[in-house]
Amino acid sequence: MHRRELQEQYEKLLSNFLAGDREAQLYMAQQLSKSLVTQDIAPEDIVDFHIQALEKLVQMPEPVRESFQLLLEMMMEYGNTYRQHNVLRDKQKQLESEIDLAVVMQQTMLPQVLPEFEGVEFGLISVPAKKMSGDYYNILQENDVTFSVAIADIVGKGIPAALCMSMIKYGMDAQYGLTPATRLHHLNIVVEQNIDPSMFVTMLLGNYDTARHSFRYAVAGHEPGFFYRACEQRFYDLEGRGLVLGVLRDAQYPEYELNLEVGDMIVLMTDGVSERKVGMHYLNRQELTNLIQGELAHTAQEIAENLYRRLLLMTNYELPDDHTMIVIRRTK
Amino acid sequence: MAVPCSIPIKNEQDIVLARQVGRNLAKELGYGNIEQSRVATAISELARNIFLYAGEGSIVLEHIQKEGRVGLRITANDQGPGITDLRKAMEHGYSTSGGLGAGLPGVKRMMDEFAIDSMPGKGTEVVVTKWRS
Repeated sequence: MHRRELQEQYEKLLSNFLAGDREAQLYMAQQLSKSLVTQDIAPEDIVDFHIQALEKLVQMPEPVRESFQLLLEMMMEYGNTYRQHNVLRDKQKQLESEIDLAVVMQQTMLPQVLPEFEGVEFGLISVPAKKMSGDYYNILQENDVTFSVAIADIVGKGIPAALCMSMIKYGMDAQYGLTPATRLHHLNIVVEQNIDPSMFVTMLLGNYDTARHSFRYAVAGHEPGFFYRACEQRFYDLEGRGLVLGVLRDAQYPEYELNLEVGDMIVLMTDGVSERKVGMHYLNRQELTNLIQGELAHTAQEIAENLYRRLLLMTNYELPDDHTMIVIRRTK
Repeated sequence: MAVPCSIPIKNEQDIVLARQVGRNLAKELGYGNIEQSRVATAISELARNIFLYAGEGSIVLEHIQKEGRVGLRITANDQGPGITDLRKAMEHGYSTSGGLGAGLPGVKRMMDEFAIDSMPGKGTEVVVTKWRS
């Protein structure tokens, strides 16, 4: 709307108001002010509307007329602040769309499709707490019978963690065919040289041989996963010692091996899964395995998804940290 | 008024004088109430920057005409310390920090045209124009 029209609208409003239709006109004024805000009309403009409308409608004593000059001046800085707010609002939109682009970029670093192997099923879920994730994961076919699994948690969240994640990804791309311990050893050197001292990365790397159904892995300070023995119907902690990545250049990583029978299952996760506050207390590992136990009849993918939903429900739909879970089950 | 009017800025009285001259000029040229106030406020901010950070300088006011439009040009000049990071000085939010160049983004948004040139150690020149609507 043009300034003149707005001016006329205000004048009509004031005239009706002064004629006695008080509350109705105040209600109209409220609606008008909402519309003016969307048209970027500043506070000092309103004062100006008021002065001009008054001059037409009533005889103003000179001091009253003069006093509006003062009010107008007082409003100037509010107007400036208002304009600044509008600029910041636009800037925020721009930042958000930039982050959205980065999120798309980040998605390309994560596997788009999982490999398929006879006798093994996968479940995978990864949900960032903010827009960008500090969790990295990969399941990659190494050869006809072997796939590698990686899960990592970059300590910290959001953009800094996401930037660090690209380093992990590129570092790993150059490690085709190596053992988990060697890969962690190399990655640790890369991370140690490139990461800010306040940051570090925890990680679990493993190779799964689908011919023998053996899983060899090494751990760098990562949240222990679970190993489910179907014949015992029991969950064990996925053991493994090793220093977090990025702290000590010469860190060595021992390797561990598990042999899976039919129905056995490996559950890997980041601490966003396990460190969940339910009411006043943190969920313990026993409670977590009880939850998984309740989902065992489902496919690996359903286990991962259902657990995510159940935890979300229990924690009042709050996701304080990036949540990533990988389920690997031997099916035959 | 074809002859530019230059007001030396050395103290706060000079700021008030510059505001007054600017407001009167805007009035003479037929600017509306609110535009007069914006001109005065812009002069105020520019003159205050001179007073606070350069110690002294001048505000030049002139009536300009271009393509049938009537305009008022304000030029603020000083030989003060200058602004090291112009980009930062023009950043939104910087104005509220009260540092060198305070209020510049606000002035820019109140005026129609804005140009600034500053050399660290040499001084600053800000030229702004407000067209009569």
